[in-house]
Amino acid sequence: MTPKDDLHIVRSFSEELQTLSNRIAVMGGVAEAQLASAITAIESRDSELAVRVVDGDSELDDMETDINAFVVRLLALRQPVAADLRHIVGALKISSNIERIGDYAANVAKRTQIVNQFPQVRPVGGVIEMARLVRGNVQAVFDAYVQQNVEKAHDVWRGDEAVDEMHTSVFQELMTLMLEEPDTVPACTHLLFMIKNLERVGDHATNIAETIQFLVAGKPISAERPKKSSAAEAHEQDADAFTTSLESPR
Amino acid sequence: MNQEVSPVKDTAGAPLVSSDPVKLAARDVTVSYAEKKALIDVNIDIVERQVTSFIGPSGCGKSTFLRCFNRMNDTIDICRVEGRITLDNENIYDENVDPVQIRARIGMVFQKPNPFPKSIFENIAYGPRIHGLVTDKDDLDEIVHSSLEKAGLLKEVKDRLDAPGTSLSGGQQQRLCIARAIAVSPEVILMDEPCSALDPIATAKIEELIDDLRENYTIIIVTHSMQQAARVSQRTAFFHLGYLVECGDTETVFTNPEHELTQGYITGRFG
Repeated sequence: MTPKDDLHIVRSFSEELQTLSNRIAVMGGVAEAQLASAITAIESRDSELAVRVVDGDSELDDMETDINAFVVRLLALRQPVAADLRHIVGALKISSNIERIGDYAANVAKRTQIVNQFPQVRPVGGVIEMARLVRGNVQAVFDAYVQQNVEKAHDVWRGDEAVDEMHTSVFQELMTLMLEEPDTVPACTHLLFMIKNLERVGDHATNIAETIQFLVAGKPISAERPKKSSAAEAHEQDADAFTTSLESPR
Repeated sequence: MNQEVSPVKDTAGAPLVSSDPVKLAARDVTVSYAEKKALIDVNIDIVERQVTSFIGPSGCGKSTFLRCFNRMNDTIDICRVEGRITLDNENIYDENVDPVQIRARIGMVFQKPNPFPKSIFENIAYGPRIHGLVTDKDDLDEIVHSSLEKAGLLKEVKDRLDAPGTSLSGGQQQRLCIARAIAVSPEVILMDEPCSALDPIATAKIEELIDDLRENYTIIIVTHSMQQAARVSQRTAFFHLGYLVECGDTETVFTNPEHELTQGYITGRFG
């Protein structure tokens, strides 16, 4: 995929742009597989798989480093303009988003290993459901990138609201359980971090959707995302404050 | 002098400037060499004290159009210019307009530096003298020095003003030609690929000079270097096969051009 189907007069430049797109697509595929494995590890309480996900994150870090170097080289040697420039700068941003998605998948896997040491708690079902929703968005956004499909990117962008709502709902479920059954606090605390990580993965998918819009059309997404109800927003802020306090050094 | 300006037309997608002060304007300009049309229905506004670059593949009409602004095309017998071109709202093609006076107000710098086979001093002094801009030697000295200063050349040549202009390096010769253009106090400077015969350092000096000059002059530059257009101009006009395809802020043209043709040309996809 290149910004336009027709080729540059300098064929090697077209080939380099194609290489860049391919590298982003491959990196996206790896991140998506990491996320899928992390979900399987939660679902099947498979700590060995979770370890493999954590170990696999370095591959994404290396890919991001390679893409950064490739982008710098293209900027220096080709001095791209217009759609080519947007394509290259977009790739740089997207690779950084993918790297963060990989980090969150690894974090989820790390906590899965701890959660697996405790008895299974009921809200895990909600966590898995949320993870699948997020994974669907990640998958869709990479499809949108490969196809340069702005409509598909918009769908992902709009779809993040459902992720946020699910985060709020699972958060409530976990809080209720912790109040009712204090024995579950250790497991639920880790699950709280996990849903926060998944919510951030959704945000990165949204960022990628915005970048796709920019690199295809040259303009940012102009519409405003549907607003949450103020009650849901307040609740989310509470949830954020709560998880932040948990994350601060003890 | 006809003060009317034809109704603004959105010809070939060229947005005409509305709020900025307009120095030069072209309305429905068509230029033909005998039967062959080199430019078709071009409409453009050139903003005062800005640099406007004309880009486009060879034969697109950009140099032909540049030469319309100081009636250089008058010197070509088979060339016919139709439409209106105004300088400060006055039609420069009106019968009672003297092309020599127009060329004093609209100076030109060419692709290859072309100093007269005379001293550096005489290269600059020639214009002011024939246009009767000076009364005595002191005046002339003043104009020669200030023109060389404005062209960023004074420091390099002040001790050898009697040396032949042709003894300077290519870049210095080009700055000498710019100084020569400035010496008759023009309002507009037209530049036809002024750096294409120069090395990158001399090119950078000319580009720096262009940036300084736009404080006082309206500049139009024809260039084959897209990077140069991006570096020096505030507005860019793209020509193709005699049509003005797109004209807009340089930043927009090089990040998000409106037309597929512009996109294809600046990214090097032109087949």
